[in-house]
Amino acid sequence: MSFAAKFEAVDILFPGSADRGARGRMTMALAELDAGKTRNDIIGSTGIVVGAADVNLEVEQGEIFVLMGLSGSGKTTVLRALNGLNTISRGRITIRHGDELVDMSNPPPATLRRLRNQAVSMVFQQFALLPWRTVRRNVELGLELRKMKPAEMRASVDQWLDRVGLLQWADKHASELSGGMQQRVGLARALVTNPDILLMDEPFSALDPLIRNKLQDELLQLQRTVQKTIIFVTHDLDEALKIGNRIAIMKDGRVIQVGKPEDIVLRPATDYVAEFVAHMNPLTAIRAASLMRPIGALRAPDGAHHFNDNQDYALHLDNSGQLIALHRDGAAAPFHQPQPGVRCPQGSTGIVTGQHLLKDIVEIRQQTTRPVLVADNGRIVGCIGTTEILDALTQAGRADYRDNTAATN
Amino acid sequence: MTLLTHPETWITDHEIPVGTWSTDFVNFVKNNFQGFFDGLSNVLGFLLDGTTSILHAVPALLLIVIFAALTYVFKKSWRMALFVFLALLFILNQGYWDRTLETISLIVYATLACMAIGVPIGIAAAHRPALYRVLRPVLDMMQTLPTFVYLIPTLVLFGLGSVPGLISAIVFVVPTPIRLTYIGISNVPRPLIEAGQAFGASPTELLWKVEIPAALPTILAGLTQVIMLSLSMVVIAALVGAGGLGEPVVEAMETVQIGKGFTSGLAIVIVAVILDRVFRPSQESTNA
Ligand SMILES: Nc1ncnc2c1ncn2[C@@H]1O[C@H](COP(=O)(O)OP(=O)(O)O)[C@@H](O)[C@H]1O
Ligand SMILES: [Mg+2]
Repeated sequence: MSFAAKFEAVDILFPGSADRGARGRMTMALAELDAGKTRNDIIGSTGIVVGAADVNLEVEQGEIFVLMGLSGSGKTTVLRALNGLNTISRGRITIRHGDELVDMSNPPPATLRRLRNQAVSMVFQQFALLPWRTVRRNVELGLELRKMKPAEMRASVDQWLDRVGLLQWADKHASELSGGMQQRVGLARALVTNPDILLMDEPFSALDPLIRNKLQDELLQLQRTVQKTIIFVTHDLDEALKIGNRIAIMKDGRVIQVGKPEDIVLRPATDYVAEFVAHMNPLTAIRAASLMRPIGALRAPDGAHHFNDNQDYALHLDNSGQLIALHRDGAAAPFHQPQPGVRCPQGSTGIVTGQHLLKDIVEIRQQTTRPVLVADNGRIVGCIGTTEILDALTQAGRADYRDNTAATN
Repeated sequence: MTLLTHPETWITDHEIPVGTWSTDFVNFVKNNFQGFFDGLSNVLGFLLDGTTSILHAVPALLLIVIFAALTYVFKKSWRMALFVFLALLFILNQGYWDRTLETISLIVYATLACMAIGVPIGIAAAHRPALYRVLRPVLDMMQTLPTFVYLIPTLVLFGLGSVPGLISAIVFVVPTPIRLTYIGISNVPRPLIEAGQAFGASPTELLWKVEIPAALPTILAGLTQVIMLSLSMVVIAALVGAGGLGEPVVEAMETVQIGKGFTSGLAIVIVAVILDRVFRPSQESTNA
């Protein structure tokens, strides 16, 4: 997989006032940064705000890459460097636009405008729709700036309005819509230009929790078909874990850990990340694959796999790991694959995938009153009993839990 | 006589020739740019007096009906159209019809000129803070300076007639659209500007597609004020021979005619009320 955007040793400093001494202060601030001074030291001695320091990232094509951190940690600063809304002080940013690699480190204005129009588009936290325009005219913005004629853009604009479910609202003014609908317009406006990279700066933070959740689901649904490279900023770890294929955690302008959601949850690089993880909601963050007890640990002397503490269950697997039979107290027991929205039969063991969330597993466990098996392409890879569920709920993020699960993961 | 023995006398004897300098300056401008001012005066005079003559050529009653109809088209209100119709009939009845037409021409051209000059300057000032820092004291001065002070040089440069009246009105009124455009453009929400930029708008596209539409309510509020302020200059304009509804006011004042003073004043008020009602943005359009 090749990268869609790459940051190499990027520093972004805000000079504050653009007076005569600004350049000198900037040189001084960069020198202090290299000398390992902190953000606070630098603002004290030079008045310059370090927005982001030494950022090295590679965003893969087609992934949702999340920038996560507390307010003021530099997420927006990094994001806006990708479309030149912030200029970088040092380092290099490269993006892939079609087949060409473009240097985005402060490009000339004409190049910048072309890339903004064709390669990188943005969804804003406060929607930033033009209130005097109708919904359709808002979505047209990017194409209109390409000098496309209204008749030519009509089809793709309406197609996107349809995809975000707003075609009937096309002729309403943007200000007549609810927040959730306005952000759908924002999404359609960004996607109609068919960009290589979609930037989203806390796009759902201004919405109430129910709508936020719904839009997250819609975004994931959409992503399955469009397969865009999305860079998504949030201060909410639960949102990051739900949305992100990979997550970069930021603190004081620096990236302190980059990894898959389970890496962040199970192997926090620093105490700071661990602290974040300790406050997440494990039900929607931890997946079956990370909390299960792996099958290898279950082999018993009789060749069958016993997967609960009482040893009263036995799995009989064929050579490829497929489940042949399940025995409980020596008698054959039923099993099934739970379907979303369908109640599981009581007494039948559920077989889930590694992607299932802890909250689904708790529900299945509750309905079946049986432990849950985890399968990967039909091959049984682990099991989840009450012990695993309770461990995950109470100890996620704690050092000892991390070490245990990491060892078997 | 020295500064030490008689300081006061010394000071008055050595008057700094500010008055002479300003006379010299105006004369210098007049002597060197007479051609330019004559040309400008001719063009403006032609437009103003030409427009008045065209309005004159239309029968008064027909014109009144046209104005009432236009009011209906703009405002969609029978009551307002009826009011305009009756109010203009009253002016005709009082014998001020011709004067009213002259005043309308003056207001139309003063408004056009002020918007044409003021809006671009306001936009430029909003984009360049340094320009606004220079401009602000100048605008303050233009609005606080008593009108008569610049009426005299205007007279010298443009002679008597409708043109110096127009110029004085412009000098007095133009700071308003500059200020309001400046305020409107400066207060365009930052995220809207960034949305425009993020989709690749050039500075010109940003101006036309984001900044001006966002600032439009404020700019239009400026337009209403410009119309009313131009009207407020009619009496002053009459003093330099611009004619219009100010002229009977000035005559009434010179000859102490109470009735004439009252009716001509009333005519001005009526025109003011009509313009205010017709050009004030309706609630609906300010929200959009
Ligand atoms: N245009 C700017 N000028 C000066 N300082 C800025 C500017 N933008 C951001 N900052 C500062 O940079 C730091 C990082 O801000 P930001 O990237 O907005 O954080 P986040 O998006 O993570 O909340 C903050 O201290 C903020 O005050
Ligand atoms: Mg932010």
